[in-house]
Amino acid sequence: MLNNPILINILRFALLVIAQILIFNQLNFFGFINPLVYVLFIYWYPLRENRAFFLLISFFLGFVIDVFSDTMALHALATVTLAYSRPILMRFIFGANYELQGFTFKNATRLQRMTYLLLLIVLQQIIFFSFEILSFGHILLILKKILFTSFVTFIFCVLLSSLFAVENE
Amino acid sequence: MQRIINFILEYRNAFLYAFLALVSLIFTLRSHSYHQSKFFNSSKWISGSVYNASSNIKDYFKLREENERLATENQRLRYQLFNRLPMVGRTLDSSNIDYEVIFARVTKNSFASPRNYLTIDKGLKDSIKQDMGVITTKGILGIVENTSQNYAIVQSILNTKSIINAKIKNTNYFGSLIWDAKKYDVVQLIDIPRLVPLTVGDTIVTGAMSSIFPENIPIGVIKKYDLNQAKSFYNIDIALFNDMANIKNVYIIKNRNKAEVLELEKSTNDVE
Repeated sequence: MLNNPILINILRFALLVIAQILIFNQLNFFGFINPLVYVLFIYWYPLRENRAFFLLISFFLGFVIDVFSDTMALHALATVTLAYSRPILMRFIFGANYELQGFTFKNATRLQRMTYLLLLIVLQQIIFFSFEILSFGHILLILKKILFTSFVTFIFCVLLSSLFAVENE
Repeated sequence: MQRIINFILEYRNAFLYAFLALVSLIFTLRSHSYHQSKFFNSSKWISGSVYNASSNIKDYFKLREENERLATENQRLRYQLFNRLPMVGRTLDSSNIDYEVIFARVTKNSFASPRNYLTIDKGLKDSIKQDMGVITTKGILGIVENTSQNYAIVQSILNTKSIINAKIKNTNYFGSLIWDAKKYDVVQLIDIPRLVPLTVGDTIVTGAMSSIFPENIPIGVIKKYDLNQAKSFYNIDIALFNDMANIKNVYIIKNRNKAEVLELEKSTNDVE
């Protein structure tokens, strides 16, 4: 049953949303750090799928989290941008290899995968926090939030992704 | 024509991305100047019930603490009751009560973002409406922004859109209470004129200028103050009485005279 990729993705979607809204949105480390772990959905999503559908499902993921966190459409903006720029990031990190048919994450080195995850997270946080406040007067606050939240999100994502390592991709 | 269609087909993902990003941007930017979205927020039944279920579980772990807080409040209220001034010529009758109080529980709290909202477990069914004040046993909390049948969203004072009339206790110097999004236990009071004598530690309470809150609800104490750039008004940092990270039981205040006050103000404005 767990070999069906559609089922896995639906399950992943649901579990990440639940984990994000019920656990990670309420952590509030030091009063402001709430790791945004749902980025793992985009990190894990199969490589060679219909891109338009990937954009739509990412938008939907962000939107569901927005509804639960009362953040208008900030998460949706971040996820849809990530989904759109994922091929660009991957080409940047894995080189031209990634466009070959045989490419999987397994052929990539650990360092490459970590860099890829880190880039996704940083991009997500930059979009999320800049549009959240949207004022140059708060630039230091925004930078502080991006720096610390990215760091904590990265740690949690690495932990989660090694806990639920994907075997068949 | 053929080439235009080919062009669109070739870049269809870019167009889709631009469209979705535009939708999100419009949603987000509109809310900077206007009320929160009416249709998509955590008071709707699905999100409301998820938060309700999760808070039902979590509440068990805080029962003792919450009981203590309520017992302390009961103690204070009893003290006031036994020492109260005789109410001359005024009977306790629902026709001459100005404010009604409704009790609710917070099912979702947030304080880390620049625009924080809380979800509470009372809604239209319990006659909660937009723009009612919300307080806790310790002080002011926010204003009801949106309601559904069973839940309501409260715009916290920790919200850059929030502006509340506040004054220095026992005086009539009033200003506006705002938040600069920096620390969740400090809010700012602006528009207090320079000639007002201030001391660190002075208590700040709600003012009489609003039809949302009754006068003299505690907010916090002055933590530090300095003059603004024009040197004519103070910028005051206020340490809140409420621990905004730990809020469970709240009271919603319904002003029975509000419609009358608003009506009067409106008719006066119309004449001008």
